Amino acid sequence: MTVNGNKVSHEAEDRTLLVEFLRDTLGLTGTHVGCDTSQCGCCTVHVDGRAVKSCTMLVGQANGAQVRTIEGMAEGERLHPVQQAFTECHALQCGFCTPGMIMAVAGLLQDNPSPSDEDIIHGLEGNLCRCTGYINIVKAVKQASKTIGGA
Amino acid sequence: MYPLTYARARTLSEARELLAKHDEARLLAGGMTLIPTLKARLAAPSLLVDIGQVQELQGIEAKGDRLVIGAGTRYVDIARSALVKRMIPALAYLVSRVGDPQVRNRGTMGGSVANNDPVADSPAAVLALGATVRTERREIAADEYFKGLFETALAPGEIITGFSFPVPARAAYWKFAHPASGYAMAGAFVADFGGAVRVAVTGASSSGVYRWKEAEDALGRRFAPAALDALEVSPDGMSSDIHGSADYRANLVQVMARRAVDAIAAGR
Ligand SMILES: Cc1cc2nc3c(=O)[nH]c(=O)nc-3n(C[C@H](O)[C@H](O)[C@H](O)COP(=O)(O)OP(=O)(O)OC[C@H]3O[C@@H](n4cnc5c(N)ncnc54)[C@H](O)[C@@H]3O)c2cc1C
Ligand code: FES
Ligand code: FES
Repeated sequence: MTVNGNKVSHEAEDRTLLVEFLRDTLGLTGTHVGCDTSQCGCCTVHVDGRAVKSCTMLVGQANGAQVRTIEGMAEGERLHPVQQAFTECHALQCGFCTPGMIMAVAGLLQDNPSPSDEDIIHGLEGNLCRCTGYINIVKAVKQASKTIGGA
Repeated sequence: MYPLTYARARTLSEARELLAKHDEARLLAGGMTLIPTLKARLAAPSLLVDIGQVQELQGIEAKGDRLVIGAGTRYVDIARSALVKRMIPALAYLVSRVGDPQVRNRGTMGGSVANNDPVADSPAAVLALGATVRTERREIAADEYFKGLFETALAPGEIITGFSFPVPARAAYWKFAHPASGYAMAGAFVADFGGAVRVAVTGASSSGVYRWKEAEDALGRRFAPAALDALEVSPDGMSSDIHGSADYRANLVQVMARRAVDAIAAGR
């Protein structure tokens, strides 16, 4: 599979989850495991351009796929517009949910570049945040949509 | 998770061969039900046959006056399909309310209908629309397909290849979603085929999706929300759990069906 633009090839047990492969085999620990029961979205990554919960996918299912994780979002020192907007809008506190949240937001904006509040709430139903509150997160999504749209 | 063996099938015939060779083999489509089940150690198949990339199971097309959807088509593609939105908008809407975006990016209608979870959405559409469930060996009418809680007419090793939906004159789906999981506490799919009305209810009954015949008759006589007023929904056989009692669910059934009829009448 290709992860953040780099070809990777490793042996893994068939029961390995994609998130275990990313974290334990590749050391990409930006992708978090919050619940391990497909609820919280902390483990969200993109597989072939679509946001998925990497705790609910076997590594074999992603064999040959293009995978993008939070580590693949920034370009060098320059944060991805969604990351930038989260920083500026105080859309995180502890940051545990943030990598998954950002990957979900990037997926949302890719499909719907100027979402309404309702679209944002519906689009983030698969991601839970226990501390920030969703108001600033929605604000950050709006700001990111403007930056991306204006860029 | 127990150790397991994974194999990716490239074609339908390859999937059939793999299933035939292993007694305890299980199909894996989007994995949105099966992987959590494996993680909870509620299943231990000897082999997972991944059909997620089998092209023959993908696709959405109009065939004559019917809408045909491949079993392996992901929810996201059904929800966004211009064809589905034009032919059966209620179906596109139903699919857009399943779970969350990540679940819709992986999950398939075939997986949901094979699983026949009593709180799932897709079975309501398949049953209310009177769809045909197609497998690699036969065609099964929706009325013959659903057999109660997680039970279906599928034989062991039988693969759903797709669904063929008749197109109703008008239809709507309304669900009261559990606020955390999104699953239906009760959901009603109402389809009007120009006088002949079919109503399927999911989420509420402890024996899974069912047709609400009294509502069909009442709406067939007069298609208006008020036509449902006189009907009594018995709490007998309704699910009862920490999320809601049987009485509560019986009431929800009535309310969801009214809202669906309302939505149709208002042209929404
Ligand atoms: C967080 C979360 C929220 C959810 N919310 C909802 C919701 O609101 N409403 C709802 O309806 N569902 C909901 N779901 C369930 C989801 O819709 C189903 O898990 C999904 O549709 C199943 O499809 P799949 O392709 O992922 O199936 P899999 O998990 O891959 O397979 C499910 C079962 O079907 C069998 N199977 C798969 N494909 C076929 C086939 N073609 N022929 C025969 N057998 C087959 C498999 O062997 C397995 O037993 C939710 C799931 C999650 C994780
Ligand atoms: S860790 Fe994957 S959804 Fe919570
Ligand atoms: S920032 Fe702490 S869980 Fe979201």
